[in-house]
Amino acid sequence: MLKVRLKFSKNGVMRYIGHLDLMRYFQKAMRRANVPVALSGGYSPHMIMSFALPLSVGQTADGDYMDIALSEEIDFHQTIADLNQVMVEGIEVQDIVPVSDDRRQGGMAIVAAASYLVSFKETQEIPADWSEKCQSFMAEDEIRIVKKTKRSEKEVNIRPFIFEMRVEEGGIYLLLAAGSSANLKPDLVLKAFLDYVGAAVDTPMHFHRLDLYYREADEFRALGDVKDDRKRSLS
Amino acid sequence: MRKTALSDEVLMAVEKPARYIGNEVNSVMKDKDKVDIRFAMCFPDVYEIGMSHLGIQILYNLFNAREDTWCERIYSPWFDLDQKMRDDNIPLFALESQDPVIDFDFLGITIQYEMCYTNILQILDLAGMPLRAKDRDESYPLVIGGGPCVYNAEPIADFFDFFYIGEGETSYDELLDLYKDHKRKGYSKKAFLEAVAQMPGMYVPSLYQVIYHEDGTIQEFVKLSETAQFPIKRLMASDVSTLPYPKAPVVPFIKATQDRVVLEIQRGCIRGCRFCQAGMIYRPAREKDVEVLKEYAREMLKNTGHEEISLSSLSSSDYHALKELVTFLIEEFKDQGINVSLPSLRIDAFALDVMSKVQDVKKSSMTFAPEAGSQRLRDVINKGLTRDDILNGAGEAFAGGWTKVKLYFMLGLPTETTEDMEAISELADAIARRYYEIPKDERVGKCQITASSSFFIPKPFTPFQWAPMLTREEYREKARFVKETFNQQLNRKSLRYQYHDPETTIIEGVLARGDRRLSKVIEGVYRRGCLFESWTEHFDYQVWDEEITRQGLTIDFYNRRERGSDEIFPWDLIDIGVTKGFLMNEWERAREGKVTLNCKESCSGCGMAKEMGVAEEDSFPKRGAICVES
Repeated sequence: MLKVRLKFSKNGVMRYIGHLDLMRYFQKAMRRANVPVALSGGYSPHMIMSFALPLSVGQTADGDYMDIALSEEIDFHQTIADLNQVMVEGIEVQDIVPVSDDRRQGGMAIVAAASYLVSFKETQEIPADWSEKCQSFMAEDEIRIVKKTKRSEKEVNIRPFIFEMRVEEGGIYLLLAAGSSANLKPDLVLKAFLDYVGAAVDTPMHFHRLDLYYREADEFRALGDVKDDRKRSLS
Repeated sequence: MRKTALSDEVLMAVEKPARYIGNEVNSVMKDKDKVDIRFAMCFPDVYEIGMSHLGIQILYNLFNAREDTWCERIYSPWFDLDQKMRDDNIPLFALESQDPVIDFDFLGITIQYEMCYTNILQILDLAGMPLRAKDRDESYPLVIGGGPCVYNAEPIADFFDFFYIGEGETSYDELLDLYKDHKRKGYSKKAFLEAVAQMPGMYVPSLYQVIYHEDGTIQEFVKLSETAQFPIKRLMASDVSTLPYPKAPVVPFIKATQDRVVLEIQRGCIRGCRFCQAGMIYRPAREKDVEVLKEYAREMLKNTGHEEISLSSLSSSDYHALKELVTFLIEEFKDQGINVSLPSLRIDAFALDVMSKVQDVKKSSMTFAPEAGSQRLRDVINKGLTRDDILNGAGEAFAGGWTKVKLYFMLGLPTETTEDMEAISELADAIARRYYEIPKDERVGKCQITASSSFFIPKPFTPFQWAPMLTREEYREKARFVKETFNQQLNRKSLRYQYHDPETTIIEGVLARGDRRLSKVIEGVYRRGCLFESWTEHFDYQVWDEEITRQGLTIDFYNRRERGSDEIFPWDLIDIGVTKGFLMNEWERAREGKVTLNCKESCSGCGMAKEMGVAEEDSFPKRGAICVES
C-alpha cells in the first residue's frame, strides 16, 4: 500500500481544535481536495490516516505530522497545492513525502523526540539570568516531579527525558522525549523549571511545537526528513 | 491573524472552545466596512444543535449572496461561558467577525421549539440589549423572529420587533432593500416598522393590541396603525426547485448533531395527520426536481467533504422519485465511502432493499411511528398506518435479518380510552410474535421491540387546537398503566417500554397555545437562571409553576379547557392559508373517527388550492392532487 507522510502547521485559533476533531477536519479536507486516501472495509469505511503525536488543545505547531494510506499514486506538489486550496486559516500543509508502508516505520511508531518553543504570555522578556539557570537546571542529575494519574501520585525523575533546554530569542527551547516508549510533556518541564528558579509556576505560557523527530543512529532527524535510499526504494 | 472575542484564558477554561471561534470551512468572511447591512443569525441553543439546522444554512447562504450584506452566526453560550461572560462583562459576539452583536443592524432568531424561550432572553441579555422591544431604540439591532413557533409567537411577542411568517426565500431581499432605503433616508425605527408592517408576511406585534375578556380569553385584536395588516398572511414559495440552496454549507470542526449533507427533497406533506403542525403550516406538499437534487448532492459533497448524506422532508416515502434518487446516491458515491442515511421511510420491499445496502442489519433497528395503539385511535388522528402495514413491514424486516424494532406512540390523544392504551403493548407483542413465528434455526436469537411514548401536545393551526390537555398526575397514571400492560404480555422479555416525564409537556403545552400575558412568566423564569430547558436535566417545572401563579395565571386555563368553536385564538392574527373552517371540520371528523384522504388521493378543501391559484370548481371535492401535481 502507498503511504505518505504529510507535514502541516497548526496556528492561530486552530489551537482550540482537539486532535479527534482535527482528524475529522482532515478527512473532510481530503475529500474536498480529491486526495485518493485508502478506505478501510466494513459498513462505515473510514480513511486510513494517523497522527504521529497528537497535539494538546491550546498548543500550536510548525511541524505536525500524519501518515496517510493512498489508493493511487499522487503528484506531491499538486496535492500540497490542492490541499492548501481547501484549508482554513491556521492550517497549512508544508510537505508530503513517501514513507515505507511497514507499520513499524509509521510516524506514531518511530517518533522519539519533540522540540518546543515556550513563550510567556504576559511578557516577551525573559529574565537575564535564566540562560544560566537553564544550564544549571540541565546540570542536575535528577529532576524529580510529582506525576498525578487517575489512581495515584508518583514521583518521577524527568531529567533523562530532557535532551536540550536553552533560552532563545522569544522563549525557551526544549527538546524532549516523545512517543510511545517515553513521552514528556513540555508543561511539566516548565513547571519544574519555574519552581527551580523561584518563579510562579502558574505563569501563563504558550507552547509551540517546532518539530518531531525520529532517531537515526545517534542523531535526531525530523519526521519529514526521510532518508534518500528509502525514497529511492519506493519509486 | 484571526481575532477572538474571548481571551485565551477563557477559551482554555470552557468546554469545547471550538464552539466560539468561527473560522469553519465555508463560513463567510467579509469586510465590514464594505457592506451596508450586518445580520446576526441566531439559533438559540448550543452550537452542535444549532449548526445542524438546515434553515439557518439556507438563510446564511441567501443573505451572504448579497454583496451589501454580511450574515454571521450566533449560538447560545453554554453554562460555563454564560457565567464567564456575566462575571467579566463580555458582550455576546457573532462567530465570523467576533464583533459584539450590538454593532449589527439585525438580530434574526429562529424559533424551532417552545422550550428555547428562556435562551432567547439569554441572547438578548448577553448582547447587552433590553429584553423588551419597546425599550430598544435605534441604537440596538432590530430583532426578528422566524421558524415554526412564530405561528403563535404571542408569548414572546413583546421581546421581538417583528416576526417573519413563512418561508425565508420569498421576501428577505425585499425586506433588506427596504431597510437600506430607510437607512439612506435617515433611519427611524418607528417609520421602518410601520413600513415593514405593510409587507406581506410581516407581523409587527407592537402595532396590535390584544383585548381580553374577563375570563382570560381574547375579545379582539385592535390595530394600532392604519396600515398594519389583519390577518397576516404566511409567505410561501410556489416553486421549490428553483429556490436558492446552500451548496456550500458551513462545516463545523466539532461533531454536530447532523454531521452530514442534508438534501431537502420536498416541503409540506400530503398526509394531514391531525396532531401534526408541520403538516398544516407548510402546506401544500411541494416536491423538488430530482435532477436538481442530484446536482446538489454532487456539489455539496464536493464542497463540504462530508462522508454522509441524508434526505430531509416530512414524509420521504411520498416523494415521487425517491427510488431514483436513493439509487443514484448509493451508486454514485459508494466508491468514495459516502454513507447514505435514510430518514424514516414507510417499510416496504424497496425500503428494506435500500436499507440492507446502506446499514448494518445486525446493529440497526427498524422504526415505526404508529402514534396510537389501536386502529380506532389511529383513525381519530388520521394516521394512515394500519396494523397490517406494521406487522407485514416488521415481518419483512425480520426476514431481512433485522431483529430490532422501535415504535413511537403518543399518550393523551383526544378520545383516548383504556382499550386504546392497552393496544400499545398488544401491538408490540404482536410484532414479537411475528418474529417468533420464524423457525428457530432461521432466526438469530431474540428480537427486541422498544416502544416509547411521549405525551400529546395540541398545537396551533392543527385540528386538535381546540383539544384539552390533561394534568401531570393523569399523564403519569397513563404511562404507569401502559407500563403495567407490557408486563402482562406473552413476549414481555422481548419488549421494552420507555416514557418521558410529563412536566416538560405541561409547560410546552402552555407556551404552544399561550398568549402575550406569558411574556412576564418567561422573563421571570429566565431571571431565576433557567436555560437550555429543552434539555430535560436543565428543566425546572417548579420554577415555571411558581412564575405562572405569580402572574395571576393558571396552567389549567391554557391546558385544561376544551376551547369553544367561537373562541378567538392568540394565533388568529396569522392566516396560514389553511382555513379555520377546515380545521374545525377535521376536529369534528376526528371525534367521529372518520379518516380524511391524503392530498394525492383527493382534495380535502383545506384552502391551499385557492392559495395556489386553483379555481374552486377545479378542486374540492372533485379530484385529488390539485396542489401537489404541478
